[in-house]
Amino acid sequence: MPDGALPVLDVRGLKTVFRTRSGEIHAVNSVSFMLRPGELLGVVGESGSGKSVTMMSLIGLLPSPPAEVRAGQVMLGGQDLLRISPRELQDVRGAKVGFVFQDPMTSLNPVFTVGSQIMEPLIRHMGLTKAQARDRAAELLALVGIPDAKARLKAYPHQFSGGMRQRVMIAIALACDPDVLIADEPTTALDVTIQAQILELVKDLRQKLGMAIIWITHDLGVIAGIADRVMVMYGGQVVEQGPVAQLFSDPRHPYTRALLKTIPSLTGERSGRLQVIEGQPPIMTAAPTACPFRARCAHAFDLCHVENPARRPLDARPVGEGHDVACHWSPEGA
Amino acid sequence: MPTAENPLVRVQGLKMHFPIYAGLLRRRAGEVKAVDGVSFDIMQGETLGLVGESGCGKSTVGRTLLRLYDPTAGSVVIDGEDIATLSPEALRKKRPTMQMVFQDPQASLNPRMTLATIIAEPLDEHTDWNAEKKLARVHELMDQVGLNRAFASRYPHEFSGGQRQRIGIARALALNPKFIVCDEPIAALDVSIQAQVVNLLEDLQDRLGLTYLFISHDLSMVRHIADRVAVMYLGQIAELSPRDALYSRPLHPYAQALLSAVPEPDPARESSRKRIILQGDVPSPANPPQGCNFCTRCPRVFDRCRIDEPQLAEVEPGRFVACHLYSDNQTGGQTAGTEANEPTNKENVQ
Repeated sequence: MPDGALPVLDVRGLKTVFRTRSGEIHAVNSVSFMLRPGELLGVVGESGSGKSVTMMSLIGLLPSPPAEVRAGQVMLGGQDLLRISPRELQDVRGAKVGFVFQDPMTSLNPVFTVGSQIMEPLIRHMGLTKAQARDRAAELLALVGIPDAKARLKAYPHQFSGGMRQRVMIAIALACDPDVLIADEPTTALDVTIQAQILELVKDLRQKLGMAIIWITHDLGVIAGIADRVMVMYGGQVVEQGPVAQLFSDPRHPYTRALLKTIPSLTGERSGRLQVIEGQPPIMTAAPTACPFRARCAHAFDLCHVENPARRPLDARPVGEGHDVACHWSPEGA
Repeated sequence: MPTAENPLVRVQGLKMHFPIYAGLLRRRAGEVKAVDGVSFDIMQGETLGLVGESGCGKSTVGRTLLRLYDPTAGSVVIDGEDIATLSPEALRKKRPTMQMVFQDPQASLNPRMTLATIIAEPLDEHTDWNAEKKLARVHELMDQVGLNRAFASRYPHEFSGGQRQRIGIARALALNPKFIVCDEPIAALDVSIQAQVVNLLEDLQDRLGLTYLFISHDLSMVRHIADRVAVMYLGQIAELSPRDALYSRPLHPYAQALLSAVPEPDPARESSRKRIILQGDVPSPANPPQGCNFCTRCPRVFDRCRIDEPQLAEVEPGRFVACHLYSDNQTGGQTAGTEANEPTNKENVQ
């Protein structure tokens, strides 16, 4: 990962709100991050932490209403994706940003062949002829490790297993050689042995193609194995961000620390009792005025209840580039 | 302590085949062998972990054990009685000793019933207590699982996933069962909530002397909660071993691959770990391969595996493996067993 290279994707102050009958839900609150070329950014958080909504907001995949992107800037290749027309956004989706969803069953159309679904973006975005697109689709299927690719183009999604379908989804997302691939819990619906296959495939594809990847997951184990940098989200905001080795060896936010401790280990000492994080994740019915984690935090003090902490750097590099945390408390003082 | 001679649950040769009907006349065209000859014991007070990938039949084992399905063959002796052949009336009387906690707390609670009526339903069914006594028991159960008594008249949708799972657990405990089947009780919960529920299950086991069958696909959580672990593949048990032995030195090639595939939250260890990546997918249980059911994906397959079906056999004290790599020592005794395990150590890279 080239440090200091110009980011391919630069997101600043993103705010997304859902308007519901019972009031507003502030799902994403001032999220800023960037993605360097060829980098894999892992995004971790529990359900409702805003990790998926953040990524869907970037490329206008949320239905509006109820969703509304209130503020922010999303720079990709010199364009602000939040300011361009829906028509232009269509060209960005697929061509510049590929998306892989969690459930490979519901994200493929059951009535079209796998081949025609891979060919669609090639014809739409790259202007290939049908014959060219078919050849390219076969190449892509072979690339993601589907044997006998040419013949399999004529198969329908139901003829594929879960792992194979996810490979097809990856082939579609990669079809137009995107700058950024966003993968939203791509292995959560899969079994561990199939997950291992997909993770190997992604590592291999990164070496071959070199695109930047955003990988959303709740599984810290998956992140540890593939990410270069990790962003931890809680209550719609980024609470900690940093290089993977640093974040796992020296987590600074009480939430990250607690999260790493609640997972039982596969090797080593077996703990007598699991550490727990008491309470529930918050539902953000208003823009936050205090730390979203305060109610479950073991280190919360007065300041946490009145002021939402801003992200502060933990090393010499500015926020977003090195290791940073959004917390008033610091482990050294304790 | 539980004794080997007197297990609370003894399952022998359990088979559960579901028929497939096809064609215009809905003729019986075959069967899905969801569970195909499974045998194990669970001791009093023990937690047996049952792990495997989706479709391997682990949930079907759990359900058949409580006779939510009528087994095709085999016996399930719980607390001295064979559940598989009990008459409906006798089975009803037996139900209070064995209960279940389901995976999806949303789907397993009736949305139109209040928390108190949900938890009291087993009491309505199996006791002749008056309302006052039942309510007292409901309150006692709510205390046990950490639910506020003030919530008794609320409905399931007012609770979070973790709290709903507590309601499910309270309902399972209502009749003082001896044996509880926990079918993926934490799979639908967030990481930070999982630990709360697992700690609760452990506390209850200590306090009430419960025996669990803990079904899960989360191998690290099973390592935490189980005393012994059975690894299932395609309707059969591949390996059944004490927890520490299995996790430090798995014997069956499938158990080895499964454990090596689990990602760990430690970047340093992840980068140095070598994985056994299995090729291909699990075959259909309607048409399992001949010989060993793992022979299509096994990295150490040899000729005999495609012809002979290996039987689950004790290859080391307390360790049962169904694999031809270890089958020589069925005749050769324990010493041969250690020799046969040598090559496994090399491949078992963590």
